[in-house]
Amino acid sequence: MCLMPSIGRDDVARLADLARIQLTDEEIDRFAGEFDSIMDAVASVSEVATEDVPATSHPIAMTNVFREDVVENTLTQEQALAGAPDAQDGRFAVPQILGEE
Amino acid sequence: MSAATDIELVDYDEAISRFDPVLGIEVHVELGTATKMFDGAPNIFAAEPNTAITPTSLGLPGALPVVNHKAVEYAIRIGLALNCSIAENCRFSRKQYFYPDLTKNFQTSQYDEPICYEGWVDVELEDGEIIRVEIERAHMEEDAGKNTHVGGSTGRIHGATHSQVDYNRAGVPLVEIVTKPIPNTKGRAPEVAAAYVRTLRDIFRALDVSEAKMERGNVRADINVSLRENPEAELGTRTETKNVNSFRSIERTVRYEISRQAGVLDAGEKIIQETRHFHEDTGGTSSGRPKSDAEDYRYFPEPDLVPVAPSREWVEEIRGSLPELPAARRRRLLGEWGFTDLEMRDAINAGALDLIESTVAAGTSAQSARKWWMGELARVAREQDSELEELAVTPAQIAELQGLVDGKKINDKIAKQVLTKVLSGQGDPAAIVEKDGLAVVSDDSVLTGAVDQAIADNPDVVAKIQGGKIQAIGALIGPIMKATRGQADAGRVREIIMEKLGVS
Amino acid sequence: MTPPMNDIIRRSAAAQAAALNAGEVSSEELTRAHLDRISAVDGDLNAFLHVDQDAALATARDIDSRRADGEELHALAGVPIAVKDVVVTEGQPTTAGSKILEGWIPPYDATLVTALREAGLPILGKTNMDEFAMGSSTETSAYGPTRNPWDRDRIPGGSGGGSAAAVGSYEAPLAIGTDTGGSIRQPGAVTGTVGVKPTYGSVSRYGLIAMASSLDQAGPVTRTVEDSALLHELIAGHDPHDSTSLTDPVGSFAAAARSKDVKGLRVGVIEELEGEGFAPEVSARFTESLEQLERAGAEIVRVSCPNFRYALGAYYLIMPSEASSNLAKFDGMRFGLRVIPEDHPTAENVMKATRGAGFGDEVKRRILLGTYALSAGYFDAYYGSAQKVRTLVQRDFAAAFEQVDVLASPTSPTVAFRLGEKVDDPMAMYMNDIATIPANLAGTPGISIPSGLAEDGLPAGIQFLAPARADERLYRVGGALEALLEDSWGGPLLAKAPELTSGAK
Ligand SMILES: [Mg+2]
Ligand SMILES: [Zn+2]
Repeated sequence: MCLMPSIGRDDVARLADLARIQLTDEEIDRFAGEFDSIMDAVASVSEVATEDVPATSHPIAMTNVFREDVVENTLTQEQALAGAPDAQDGRFAVPQILGEE
Repeated sequence: MSAATDIELVDYDEAISRFDPVLGIEVHVELGTATKMFDGAPNIFAAEPNTAITPTSLGLPGALPVVNHKAVEYAIRIGLALNCSIAENCRFSRKQYFYPDLTKNFQTSQYDEPICYEGWVDVELEDGEIIRVEIERAHMEEDAGKNTHVGGSTGRIHGATHSQVDYNRAGVPLVEIVTKPIPNTKGRAPEVAAAYVRTLRDIFRALDVSEAKMERGNVRADINVSLRENPEAELGTRTETKNVNSFRSIERTVRYEISRQAGVLDAGEKIIQETRHFHEDTGGTSSGRPKSDAEDYRYFPEPDLVPVAPSREWVEEIRGSLPELPAARRRRLLGEWGFTDLEMRDAINAGALDLIESTVAAGTSAQSARKWWMGELARVAREQDSELEELAVTPAQIAELQGLVDGKKINDKIAKQVLTKVLSGQGDPAAIVEKDGLAVVSDDSVLTGAVDQAIADNPDVVAKIQGGKIQAIGALIGPIMKATRGQADAGRVREIIMEKLGVS
Repeated sequence: MTPPMNDIIRRSAAAQAAALNAGEVSSEELTRAHLDRISAVDGDLNAFLHVDQDAALATARDIDSRRADGEELHALAGVPIAVKDVVVTEGQPTTAGSKILEGWIPPYDATLVTALREAGLPILGKTNMDEFAMGSSTETSAYGPTRNPWDRDRIPGGSGGGSAAAVGSYEAPLAIGTDTGGSIRQPGAVTGTVGVKPTYGSVSRYGLIAMASSLDQAGPVTRTVEDSALLHELIAGHDPHDSTSLTDPVGSFAAAARSKDVKGLRVGVIEELEGEGFAPEVSARFTESLEQLERAGAEIVRVSCPNFRYALGAYYLIMPSEASSNLAKFDGMRFGLRVIPEDHPTAENVMKATRGAGFGDEVKRRILLGTYALSAGYFDAYYGSAQKVRTLVQRDFAAAFEQVDVLASPTSPTVAFRLGEKVDDPMAMYMNDIATIPANLAGTPGISIPSGLAEDGLPAGIQFLAPARADERLYRVGGALEALLEDSWGGPLLAKAPELTSGAK
């Protein structure tokens, strides 16, 4: 079977960054300690996942499920903002965004 | 700051003389459907913030997407108009990255299986040269919400203390059209880029799939530019300038990037593959966010949607219903109207083609229709700073007006007065002429009196005419037109004068 | 509580519906009796995260007056129900067992909730669950674990431990669960109750807070097979708001449950799901159940599903991958918790702090694993391979169903384990789902019913699986075996559960 590279502290930190989850050092250590054995256990899938086997992404195969172009289900601004941590002028207020304009 | 900020721009013509530019353009068009791509929220431009939304377009927990049938049809229309193949089977994927304008922190898009692929479109340049642009793919996806930056000096992201987000635009259906590398444009690269986007814009409008207003962001272009030493060399590293929103900005972006990249290469540095931003004020581009984790979008097939498999019957039905496309129409009208290439291009650029065509359809000659729309009406539009189609006059009214001129009911000068009255909402041309008594006076009893008066007032002119200088008649006609407030039938006046003076 | 009410809440939902119809009791009385039961015992069990007494009683009174007016009502009208907290309910808090959604009130109803409201079932409240349905013990809930009514030091299964415990302790006659890898069936097995995972797409997913979109399916949690059938009929049906919703007409599940006829039914025993790893008494109850069926005229056949051994691996790739994506929206921007870090509170850092503080261990673990499996360079080896295994598992099912009408296995390898016993060993926890996962991968339906008491006098379950869209078969075999076993036990298995004498809320 194919051997996947082991997942170290740096990898966990990078994944946490990619997934936008702040982890404590203790959490990083703990996950780094677990992930190799979990991934080893699941990597067995590659033993049988050969070229000739097609992938199944939906358990029940269907195609062409559409909706008509008709307005429905709309929320009011009040409903939309009711659960917002912060709102201003009918908009969601979010912290300072750095990066692209 | 990277060293690239110190780079000296190379003069554009010089850059072109030493480098071969290659373009690549990604155009996003917002479809003019009634609702969004994956939910029943209205797809409207101006609304109170966060009112054109449903649980789905707000990305609320539990909400699910369902594909808008109309949006798929529009995507296929676009694909067919761009000579693409339409996939027998395609699917949506999730493009994952965190950003506050994305309600789910992924964009539902098409990745490895676009609905349209492998097409082309011919782009006509100013001088009539035609460049064929190869299309790599056209795929369906959804738009993001809109951030307003607060607390900074200029409403820009930099220096802002926080942002406000409106998700009315989130989930609006988009089709993204991606070209293959566009080679061999040489010094015309800026013009080609703008003309390509303009061509697409016109096609979207003809297909009636989008209002395609650049200024509203209905059509947005990402401009990729790279340089290579010569047309045989491998492609150079490209930069992608995002969201360039006007034809002029597109030209300036390409120009600037060619000069800048030439400067970087001359300095012995490498072009960095990055996204850049165009600045209207300086005409330059600047480096965007350096690519780090944004590169790893973790695409995977959207498990909440099933594949789209347009039947061949449906595709052919759509193909059969495609309207005449702008290029074909242009060719047809050119033949029918007998315009020069220049007249045609001017009419297109002024957005007058539809108006002229309707005016002609209402019975006016093509040249007369052109004269009105490209002459007097274009002048009025400029004065009012508006578009021709926004003027308060219809092609039918123009045709009626020209009909009055052709029937000698009024002359050109009066026609302009009548037009002014039409534009100010006083009614249709014939009614105005009637009501205000503007019809040409050709009643000899009225005209003879005026002629007699003019002959009596201008003995020296009379002498000249009788002495053989027939062209001096104009000096008599002027006062007569004045006396009749311009309504006299100038031809008849001339005849009467000549009779009275016995010349011929 | 008056003795008659104490008696009536122990009846099946179908019997309670009959009592309402007969005028023996009003929906208001019935609903109040269940609310009283919740007050009396839920302090200990912690099956409910939120109880909405006023709304439940208002619905009950409405149904009572409509019944008095002679209106034609749904068969289950007036029978109260509990809803797993992963299902959104307009105006009622919905947390999915997570701190990140604490206090969130959805502005809309899940489609299945709309169906419940239209049919007039008073919704008692929202049941506890593993955070975002990630777990097999309900211990990962941010609001404390639910306890097993049979032994309050034991887990009630998961992720739907709250729904199973509520039904098993007579707090509710009916509950809604969701099953991504066994979260309806395994809690059913370890609490001595009945749970059904319908064919994927049978019940709309619109309004279910997604864990893994291609695996999630909502279904009934009840004390009898007939009750599950009735509830399944109520919540099933095409929903245009869910692209994966089936358009098939809903089957006659209740009639199948009542038929009690297994003559000639071919039951396949899956070789890969017995023996090693399965507790001896759990296996013994399973074998006895098969013997009962055989005596009633069923044919027992041994079948092999060789690729099932890869199912767990495929599941633990597909599920975290989809979950990592589905849970990206919980970022503190639009709803739910927002944590603002002291230095540099940019949007990016607020998202990180919010997710760091708002998600528990298991959720973080799965998001990170899913992020890894989908990241550049690994997709083909992990997610891609797992989807191929999915095809192989479907082929195994197809081959097996050429030979038999239904498949059978123990639902869970063991009886309920002790709280805390496996929390530090994710792989050991994941093994609980070994028998239930293949159905989720293949989209096929499954039912778990009690098979008797096993180790430590605790309940065990037997699972039946049917081909996709053949959910009726589950009710047929389940209803028949239930009757046979209850005959042999002299009553329902739950009657053997210890009385809950304390535990007021
Ligand atoms: Mg782009
Ligand atoms: Zn795009």
